[in-house]
Amino acid sequence: MIELTDLTKTYGAATVLDQVSLTIERGGVTSIIGPNGAGKSTMLTIVGRLLKADGGTVTVDGVDVTRARGRDFAKRLSILRQENRFTTRLTVRDLVAFGRYPHSQGRMTGEDHDQVEAALGFLDLVPLGDRFLDELSGGQRQRAYVAMVLCQDTDYVLLDEPLNNLDMKHAVAMMLQIRRAADVLGKTVVIVIHDINFASAYSDRIVAMREGRVAHAGAPKEIMTPEVLRDVFELDVRVEEIDGSLIGVYYR
Amino acid sequence: MSVAEHEPTTTAGAGTAARADTERRGFPTWARIAVLAGLATAFSIAYLTWGVTGNVAYVIERRSTVLFTMLIVAFAGAIATVLFHTVTDNRILTPSIMGMEALFVLVQTCMVFVFGLAGLSMLPPVAAFVLQAGLMVLFAMLLFKRLFTGGIGSLHLTLLVGIVFGILFTSLAQLMQRLLDPNEFTALQSRLFARLTRADPDLLPWVALLVVGIGVYVWRRHRLYDVVGLGRDTAVNLGVDHTRIAIRTLMIVAVLTAVSTALVGPMTFFGFMAATLAYQIAGRHEHHYVMPIAFLTGLCALVGGQFVLEHLLGHAGTLTVVIEFTGGALFLYFLLRKAAR
Amino acid sequence: MTSSTTTAPARPGGRSADRAPGRVAPYLKLTAAGLAVLALAVVSLFVGASDITLQRLIEDPEARELFLISRLPRTLALLLAGAAMSVAGLIMQMLTQNRFVEPSTAGTVESAALGILIITLLAPAAPLPVKMTAACLAALVGTFLFLGVLQRVALKSSLIVPLVGIMLGAVISAVTTFIALRTDLLQTLGTWQSGDFSGVMQGRYEQLWLVGALALLAYLVADRLTVAGLGRDIAVSVGLNYRTVMALGVGIVAVVSGVVVSVVGTLPFLGLIVPNLVSMAVGDHVRRGVPWVCLLGGGVLVLCDILARVIRAPFEIPVGTVLGVVGAAVFLFMLLRRSNHVRR
Repeated sequence: MIELTDLTKTYGAATVLDQVSLTIERGGVTSIIGPNGAGKSTMLTIVGRLLKADGGTVTVDGVDVTRARGRDFAKRLSILRQENRFTTRLTVRDLVAFGRYPHSQGRMTGEDHDQVEAALGFLDLVPLGDRFLDELSGGQRQRAYVAMVLCQDTDYVLLDEPLNNLDMKHAVAMMLQIRRAADVLGKTVVIVIHDINFASAYSDRIVAMREGRVAHAGAPKEIMTPEVLRDVFELDVRVEEIDGSLIGVYYR
Repeated sequence: MSVAEHEPTTTAGAGTAARADTERRGFPTWARIAVLAGLATAFSIAYLTWGVTGNVAYVIERRSTVLFTMLIVAFAGAIATVLFHTVTDNRILTPSIMGMEALFVLVQTCMVFVFGLAGLSMLPPVAAFVLQAGLMVLFAMLLFKRLFTGGIGSLHLTLLVGIVFGILFTSLAQLMQRLLDPNEFTALQSRLFARLTRADPDLLPWVALLVVGIGVYVWRRHRLYDVVGLGRDTAVNLGVDHTRIAIRTLMIVAVLTAVSTALVGPMTFFGFMAATLAYQIAGRHEHHYVMPIAFLTGLCALVGGQFVLEHLLGHAGTLTVVIEFTGGALFLYFLLRKAAR
Repeated sequence: MTSSTTTAPARPGGRSADRAPGRVAPYLKLTAAGLAVLALAVVSLFVGASDITLQRLIEDPEARELFLISRLPRTLALLLAGAAMSVAGLIMQMLTQNRFVEPSTAGTVESAALGILIITLLAPAAPLPVKMTAACLAALVGTFLFLGVLQRVALKSSLIVPLVGIMLGAVISAVTTFIALRTDLLQTLGTWQSGDFSGVMQGRYEQLWLVGALALLAYLVADRLTVAGLGRDIAVSVGLNYRTVMALGVGIVAVVSGVVVSVVGTLPFLGLIVPNLVSMAVGDHVRRGVPWVCLLGGGVLVLCDILARVIRAPFEIPVGTVLGVVGAAVFLFMLLRRSNHVRR
């Protein structure tokens, strides 16, 4: 369980997170949605202890994020932010293998190698295993990084806009894999995502943020209503049920 | 990237804008220019007339030559750096590091290496100047024509290649210097330090003409440079032929740097100092404010510094070294103080 | 991957099968490269002002002494310094996530020279270890300064980083020159600014074993450096103590630069071209790269030194100068090749 209590973050005069309190239960996929500047990525980054909050606490299974020992915490929670500009000349397999670092400290056992192969297989990367990262397309590279995070084999996986740079086909594939990671591997996945319809179709819970606060939180059917979406995005959204998913239509 | 990355920059930007606004209200820009101009004039008069004894006409003439040189160097250094910053959309670089000064060192070393001590004085000053400046401009021209295709990435590449060529030139020069005899080496070494008193009086009018011509050209395009300063994408969007303007401007920068270096020797951080102080003093970005302020600031530093060092402290030759030192220190200070763009 | 069985006791079968050809070959290649460097080293041993042949070495005790006092230390020093400076470059590239950074494009080397100058002014009679310590400390400060500056540069394009570093180095050099000029130490300064192994002999190079040991240390923490090379976010996410690794890496770089500059002078570009060539061939996995970087770095330096001794024999040219020319040419080649197939 991830618990945020009175989480606050400011940059100069701008308050990005304003006393956010939120509980994310174990299991399933939780999507964080909201307009630009709502504080979604900042919140995720603080939970992933890449950024320090100005006030409030984050605990994961009761352990304070800021107090946890780096190596131990890395076996419990992993976070992937958007791709960084520098592409290292590592092979995909090498990169994914670094997901085992918290467990092996670089001395890989047979079990570690199995995990690497399993993660590669999970994201259909086996044929690309020995290719260098800088030889891949953006989508393939994104999958390699996700494979690394899954290979870390943590209970909690945080992904910041995992669909960035992906076309429709790869976006759908990525969401399916995220869904499977929760269902098959039993992980608790938290993603920041812009597309409300992907959030609606693939997640168990949606957290809607605006202006540094959690405006609404609940199951997709609670969030995917014209009233809630209007409140969050200041936009009239028609919600239709298509193939069992609630889809928001907001293009015109 | 993420909110976390963006927020600080936007608020910081808003902060400086707000500060610039209050500064603007507090003390109008034209008044700042007037104060600087007054200061520069006062320094100039003081420099010319302080403690004149003996052959007054001779002393004044000698000092006017130095003053004239300082005017040209201040103009060339300040304007070159401001334009360079505008075109590169970056205020932490200086045009003189991109290989031209190293070329100066290499050419001077070559002369001594091939012709011995006579090499330093075998050509008449005008010919030596034209040769030296011409080679530097040629180098810059080749560099820009070959590599610069328009994008900011290609601009950085061009600069880096220029710098690495500079290191190559320096290494070659060092190689030759190793093979010189000590007398030649000492003579060369003194030549490689910038000296404001070196410029030949016969040369100055011609150089001044060139520099004034460039000045007029640049001044008439100050609004264009304001647009270029918004960055390549915005400038192109506003209909500016960015690539063409950038190459032309970089050529002007090259000519100004070459002129200054060939005249008095390498002064790497002088232009940087003048431009950086000018941004602070001006508190705004329009080139018709920034360029005059940069020129006047540079002039104040040169003339004021020369006045203090030569007349009050009695160290005529060390100003350029002091300015290099101060300019370098200033560079570090600004880099560490605020986000550099 | 449900089909991957765990019956194989050591390694899962599928993996070792498709990696097998790539596993044997590197060791063979590495051995071959090692032999090539060894051959170069032997050549280096027998090149020099006084003629030493194998026969004289066996018969003439004087020649043997000269060999042991001067030739052997020189070649060892070249190998150690070359390997260590190249590894320092590799570490810098990992820590800054930039291919064009090395101690001489980050202000590290210039800071080290400033450090020696200052200690020479304060305590002219200080023994080498003291000067070395000063150089290392200054290099440390300079490198952190560079990293601090980098954090403040908004646009971290791959080329702006070395531009800033070179600019920083130029500033520090200007300060150094200013001080040297005022204190008449300009000529002395020249000896640290250009790497030269002609003064190396028994008793005057042994400090370089320390930097050799540091190259080994880099190998031991190779995985950490590789993870750091993936960026802070990922490094923290996999539980790496990012700050410690940064500090360790910068420490290694600073000590290597400080010791090398104070013992033999600046060796420009070595840390730039060697790791880049290795990266093209075997990738950025530090553990795989370090042996190659060491071999190639040592080899390149020995080769340049042979050139420096041969070009104008019997006079010697400082190897730093040769490296400046050769290194700049290779660097230019790398830059221009990169521009042909642009990738960010």
